Amino acid sequence: MSTHIVDYDEAVDRWDPVLGLEVHVELGTRTKMFDGAPASFGAEPNTQTTPVSLGLPGALPVVNRTAVESAIRIGLALNCEIAESCRFARKNYFYPDVPKNFQISQYDEPIAHDGHLDIELADGTVFRVEIERAHMEEDAGKNTHVGGETGRIHGADHSLVDYNRAGVPLVEIVTRPITGAGERAPEVARVYVQTLRDIFRTLGVSEARMERGNVRADVNVSIRPEPGAPLGTRSETKNVNSLRSIEQAVRFEISRQAAVLESGGTVIQETRHWHEDSGTTSQGRVKSDAEDYRYFPEPDLMPIVPDRAWIEVLRAGLPELPAVRRRRLQREWGWSDVEMRDVANAGALSLVHGTVELGAAPAAARKWWMGELSRVANAGGVELEDLPVSVAQVAQLAALVESGDLTDNLARQVLDGVLAGEGDPQQVVEARGLKVVSDDTALLRAVDEAIAANPDVAAKIRGGRVQAIGSLVGGVMKATRGQADAARVRELISQRLGI
Amino acid sequence: MTELTRLTAAALAAALRAGEVSSVEATRAHLDRMAEVDGAYHAFLRDNAADALAAAAVVDAARMRGEDLSPLAGVPIAVKDNIVTRGLETTAGSRILAGWIPPYDATLVTKLRAAGMPILGKTNLDEFAMGSSTEHSAYGPTRNPWDVTRIPGGSGGGSAAAVASLQAPLAVGSDTGGSIRQPAAVTGTVGVKPTYGGVSRYGLIALASSLDQIGPVARNVEDAAILHEVIGGHDPRDSTSLPDAVAPFADAARHGDVRGMRVGVVLELGGEGYQDGVRASFEAALDLLRDAGAEVVEVSCPSFDFALAAYYLILPAEASSNLARFDGMRYGLRVEPKDGPVTAERVMAATRGAGFGDEVKRRIILGTHALSAGYYDAYYGSAQKVRTLIQRDFTAAFAAADVLVSPTAPTTAFRFGEKIDDPLAMYLNDVATIPANLAGIPGMSLPSGVSGDGLPVGFQILAPAHEDIRLYRVGGVLERALEARWGGPLLDVHGVNGAAE
Repeated sequence: MSTHIVDYDEAVDRWDPVLGLEVHVELGTRTKMFDGAPASFGAEPNTQTTPVSLGLPGALPVVNRTAVESAIRIGLALNCEIAESCRFARKNYFYPDVPKNFQISQYDEPIAHDGHLDIELADGTVFRVEIERAHMEEDAGKNTHVGGETGRIHGADHSLVDYNRAGVPLVEIVTRPITGAGERAPEVARVYVQTLRDIFRTLGVSEARMERGNVRADVNVSIRPEPGAPLGTRSETKNVNSLRSIEQAVRFEISRQAAVLESGGTVIQETRHWHEDSGTTSQGRVKSDAEDYRYFPEPDLMPIVPDRAWIEVLRAGLPELPAVRRRRLQREWGWSDVEMRDVANAGALSLVHGTVELGAAPAAARKWWMGELSRVANAGGVELEDLPVSVAQVAQLAALVESGDLTDNLARQVLDGVLAGEGDPQQVVEARGLKVVSDDTALLRAVDEAIAANPDVAAKIRGGRVQAIGSLVGGVMKATRGQADAARVRELISQRLGI
Repeated sequence: MTELTRLTAAALAAALRAGEVSSVEATRAHLDRMAEVDGAYHAFLRDNAADALAAAAVVDAARMRGEDLSPLAGVPIAVKDNIVTRGLETTAGSRILAGWIPPYDATLVTKLRAAGMPILGKTNLDEFAMGSSTEHSAYGPTRNPWDVTRIPGGSGGGSAAAVASLQAPLAVGSDTGGSIRQPAAVTGTVGVKPTYGGVSRYGLIALASSLDQIGPVARNVEDAAILHEVIGGHDPRDSTSLPDAVAPFADAARHGDVRGMRVGVVLELGGEGYQDGVRASFEAALDLLRDAGAEVVEVSCPSFDFALAAYYLILPAEASSNLARFDGMRYGLRVEPKDGPVTAERVMAATRGAGFGDEVKRRIILGTHALSAGYYDAYYGSAQKVRTLIQRDFTAAFAAADVLVSPTAPTTAFRFGEKIDDPLAMYLNDVATIPANLAGIPGMSLPSGVSGDGLPVGFQILAPAHEDIRLYRVGGVLERALEARWGGPLLDVHGVNGAAE
C-alpha cells in the first residue's frame, strides 16, 4: 500500500513544519562506557565483551572517564551549560540486545544542557538550533534476524545477537523544537546533522562515519496550520543514517502528514521506519502512555560532579570549530563567499583543507574535489568522503601535475586508477606507464617520424602556413599515447622545420 | 579430626603457622564434618572439595618454602551462593540459575584465593537473598543447628548454620536488610555488615544495589575482625567501593576498651513486639558493658517507625531492575512456551514464570509498580525521603552516643512454616536490622545468651559510617565479659555440637 502524499511545495505552503532531532554519536573511546572491553568496530561477534558488557550476574559498571570528557567537550562545543552534578539512570525495558534488560542512560540530570548551534544554510543564511540537552548512555547490542525476507524481525525464523556493540559509549544530543525553518526544514535538518558531524570530527571524539552507524538520527516532524499555533502531533522516524536520507525523511513526513490532515485524518504519535530505497517512511510502533521505562537513579554508580577547573581546561583546549575554521580558511585562501559556500555545501571543505595541508594549492585541491571527484560521487550516489580516495592521494596527484610529471588529462586517467583501487597516484603512473614523455630524444624520434610521414604538411609549414603545425602535433601526441607535453612537441617541430 | 573443626579461625591459623597442622588436614576435617552432619542441616548447596583440597595443598607448599602468607592462609571458608565463583556453579538459591557456571570470580573470591583460603562450598540462602528463614530457597531450607525444627535465619541461613555446626570456621554472607546479622542472632554466631562500600560488591548477585553489603560470618568477634581485614578495601571494579584503607579490626577486637564510651540504646528498637527472653538477655548484656566502664544512654530515632515501609519500596524497586537480566536469553534456565509462537518475549515470560519463586515474583511486582510512571513520586520518591530522615536520625543519635545498641531481632528462631504465609510477619523480623542498611552504616550481631526457650539471642551494635572498628572494640569487650560469665563460648557451653563437657 503506497502512502498518499501531498506535493511538497503545496504542503509547506499550507502548513508550518516543526522539527526535533535526536542525534546519537558513538564515541571513539578505546573501551566501553562502563567496562574495560574494547569498543572497536568490526570484530568477530561476541568477542569484545566482558562480564560487564554481557550483564552477567554480579557484574558492575564503572564510568569511563574519557567518555565523560568527550561528552563535556561536545557540550562545550554546542554552547551548553555543563551540569554541576549529574547522575546516570536505568531505563528499564526487555529486549534481547540489552543484556541487563535495562540501559544505563541519563534521564533528568544530563551532563550538558541549554545550548545552541548556529548552522549555515546553502544560501549563506545562519540558522540557530537550540539544544535542549546532551547526555551519555550505553549502546545496545546488534540483532540480526535470519530467515525473513526483509531482514526485519517479522518473518524471521531466528535471531542472532552480537554484544560487541553493547556498552559502547553514546552521546545523545536533543534539540528543542526547531521552528521557523518553513520550506527549508529539510535542509535545516540535513545541515544541522552535517554540522554536528563536522564538530565531532574536529573534536576527535568520534570518526562520525554515518555509514557505519557512528552517527544516527531520529527525526521528529510535526506540522501546524501556521507559525505560533500549538504544536501538532509528531512522528519519530528512527535511525535515519545519511545526510541525504535525513533531508528526504523530513520532506516525506511533511508531505505525508499534510495529506493525512487534509483528508480529515489525524497524525498518530508513532515511530516510523525509514526506507532508503524508496525514500519513504512506514508505520512502526505506536507510542502510548503505556510505554513506561521506569527510570530511576542507577544505584551502582555515584553521581558525576565534574571539577569546574577541569571543565575550564577542556574549554580552553577546544580545537578551532568548523564555522570559525571556515571563515579563517576563506580569508587565507582568498576565496569569494560563493566559492567557499559551494565547497562547503558539497561537503568538501574538510577534504579540500586536508589536501591543502598536505601541500596542494587551494585552487588545485578545489578543482579535483569539486570537479572530477564530485562527478564520480554524484554518478555513484555516494558522499564525497566515502569515495575510495584519500586526501593524501589527491595531494600527491596535484603535486604530480604541479611538477609537470602529469598533464591534467593524464592526471584524470591516474585518478581513475586510484579510484579503481590500483594504489597511490605514483603507483598508478608506474603501473600504467602514464608519465609525461619529457625525454627529448624519444620525442624527437616521434617528431621526425611525424615529419617523414607527412612531407606535404611539413612543406606547407616551411612555406609559412604555421597553423598546419597542429596536425603534426596531434600525430605526435597520438603516437605517444598522450604522454607528451603538447607545448614541448610544438617547440621541437618548429626547431626541426627551422621556423 | 573433630578437634580441628572446633578451633576458632584465629587458633587454626596459629596452628597452621606453627606447623602443627596442614591446610590439607584442616580442609579435609571440615569436608568430613560436612559429609557427616550436613544431611541434617543443609547449610551447603554444594561442596567444592577437590578445588578446596588443591588450594590447601598449594598453601601448604608455599608455607614449606617459607613464603610470606596472609594471616588466614590455609584456613578454609564457606561462601554464600549469591557470590560468583569461577568454575563453580552459582545459583543464588534460584531455579533460574540452576547449572550456571560463572566465567569469573567476584572480587571477594579473588581476595580469598589470594589469601590462600580454600573455599569449602557454596551455602544456602533464600532465593536471591529475599527472606529471613531460607524457606524461600529453591533448593529447600537450611535447618538451625540449635533445633532442626527451626529456621536458621535468612537470607544467609546457610553461612550461619555452616559456622554454627562446625562445618566451616568462617563464612561470608551478604546483608541487604539483616541477612548476615539476623542469621547470626538466631544461630548464636557473629555476623558483621560493614559500612556500605567497605567490601567490594563486584560479583555479588545484586538484590538491592544501594543496600547490599558483603561481610564476615564467624564464631567469635576476633575471627570476624581478621576476616574483615582480608576481604575489605577499595575495588576499582565497584564504583560504590570506599577508598578507605582497612583499619586494624583484629587488634580492636583483642584489645578494645569501652571505658568512657557512650553506648546508646535505641528506644524504637526494643520494647513492644520484642520477646521477653530477648529483652532480658539484652538488658543483661548492657549491664556487662556498664560494668566494663561504658556509659549507657538512651537515644530516640523517630523515623525508624517508617524504615520497614521505605525498605520494602526501595528494595523491590531496585530488585525488579536487577533481576530483569534473568530472561533465558544468555545463561541459566530457558523455558519455551508450551504452545504458541516462540518469540523472545514469550520465552522470557515462560522462563521467568518457571524460574522464579513466589517471594521473588512478589517483590518484582511490588518494585515494578513502585517505579511506574504516576506512582514513582508517591512510592520510590517518598521512600528515598524517609531514607534521608533515617540518616538524619542516626547523625543525631551518634552525636549523643559512640555506638548504638539493640536486640538484633525481636524473637529467637521461629519454627518452619510459622511465617511463610504471612509476608508482613516475616518482614517484621528485620525491623531492627534494616535501618543500618538504609543509612549505609556498619552493624554487628553477637550472641548475648539464650532466651527462656533455650535459643540464642543476638545483640546488635551499630556504629557511624567508616567506624566499623568501634563494632570490634565494643563487641570484643562484651564477648569477653559474656564468655567469662558463661565459662566459654556459647555454642560450646550449650552443647550445640554434641560436646557440652
